Amino acid sequence: MSTTETTASGVGPVEGAPVYTVDNPAPLIEAPRKRTKKSPKSTRGNFELAAWLFMRLSGIVLVILVIGHLLIQLVLDGGVSKIGFAFVAGRWASPWWQVWDLLMLWLAMLHGANGLRTVINDYAERASSRMWLKALLYTATVWTILLGTLVIFTFDPNIR
Amino acid sequence: MATPVLDKEEAAGKPEPGFADSPYITVTFRVRRFNPEVSAEATWEDFQLELDPKERVLDGLHKIKWDLDGSLTFRRSCAHGICGSDAMRINGKNRLACKTLIKDINPEKPITVEPIKGLTVLKDLVVDMEPFFQAYRDVMPFLITKDTNEPTRERLQSAEDRERFDDTTKCILCAACTSSCPVFWNDGQYFGPAAIVNAHRFIFDSRDEAGEQRLEILNDRDGVWRCRTTFNCTDACPRGIEVTKAIQEVKRALITRRY
Repeated sequence: MSTTETTASGVGPVEGAPVYTVDNPAPLIEAPRKRTKKSPKSTRGNFELAAWLFMRLSGIVLVILVIGHLLIQLVLDGGVSKIGFAFVAGRWASPWWQVWDLLMLWLAMLHGANGLRTVINDYAERASSRMWLKALLYTATVWTILLGTLVIFTFDPNIR
Repeated sequence: MATPVLDKEEAAGKPEPGFADSPYITVTFRVRRFNPEVSAEATWEDFQLELDPKERVLDGLHKIKWDLDGSLTFRRSCAHGICGSDAMRINGKNRLACKTLIKDINPEKPITVEPIKGLTVLKDLVVDMEPFFQAYRDVMPFLITKDTNEPTRERLQSAEDRERFDDTTKCILCAACTSSCPVFWNDGQYFGPAAIVNAHRFIFDSRDEAGEQRLEILNDRDGVWRCRTTFNCTDACPRGIEVTKAIQEVKRALITRRY
């Protein structure tokens, strides 16, 4: 006959004395995923659709913008050693590079923030931690975008 | 060659003595046990079994329940891969115990058997399927037509139109896909692959007229947009449904509103 190996088991024999009795009932496990009155209201709308589409489209545009940016800054024409105040000032004199950098800033920040938003939604378990993490994320995003935009448009090459 | 003699031991799965080319091997089943009436903690328990490698994991579980420990609790109904009752996590992967052969999952090492993840365990391998079925009901998995009169003839459909949703008609609601989805593990409010597959089955059915309504339901914050295309569901499906592809088709239909 086959033998049974019971590892250090909390599951005793059923016929043995159970931990819980009628007077001391086992704790009721509430199904954590039950849709009760407390579970979030259905949120139909096109926001998630738009966010999903934005991730795909901005990703494609960012590939071009970022690879172009890296080539210009780090590879072509002397590489990273050429970068200095004069180089930046020279590029931002042209509206083309201003728009390029502005687009890159906005798309990268929104793309990254949206990605982190989904990560928070996926991994943060409590509603309050979700709320705080997202509040921090949105504050940082808005602050960075505003500051960057301000610099691109108000950059003064004669600052020195 | 001696005629094999059937005795009690053989009925219990032990090879006959002196039968050299016996197919039976010793397999260790490591089963996740949980009994809320005894302990709040789940524990692993090992069982040694004599099994033919051509037998299924379900046969091993039967042997445990019938011969070794009657308190082992699991669901199974048809035992032939159709009813979808015995989805469980075998060696860390969601499978149907009745469709998994011992020889296919390396019997050299202990075979771990756990309940499917993301749903509340009630006892041993039995989980509360209610949240899963709630999501299923939410997508209205039945034919809806605008015609309020009783139909006077069959609802005809071309072979091509039938082919459009053929893959998703195979679902047996075993929950192997939904309980393999990491998004569902962490947030059970997500509809889950199975509900989307069953919505897909009607959205792309030319006879059905509530596709728009179902798409709206799945446009929810916890609808198809929470899918991260990790393909766990496609890997887990014991029916071989291309689950991620179906979800992707629903996403595309939502963007183009064409289905």
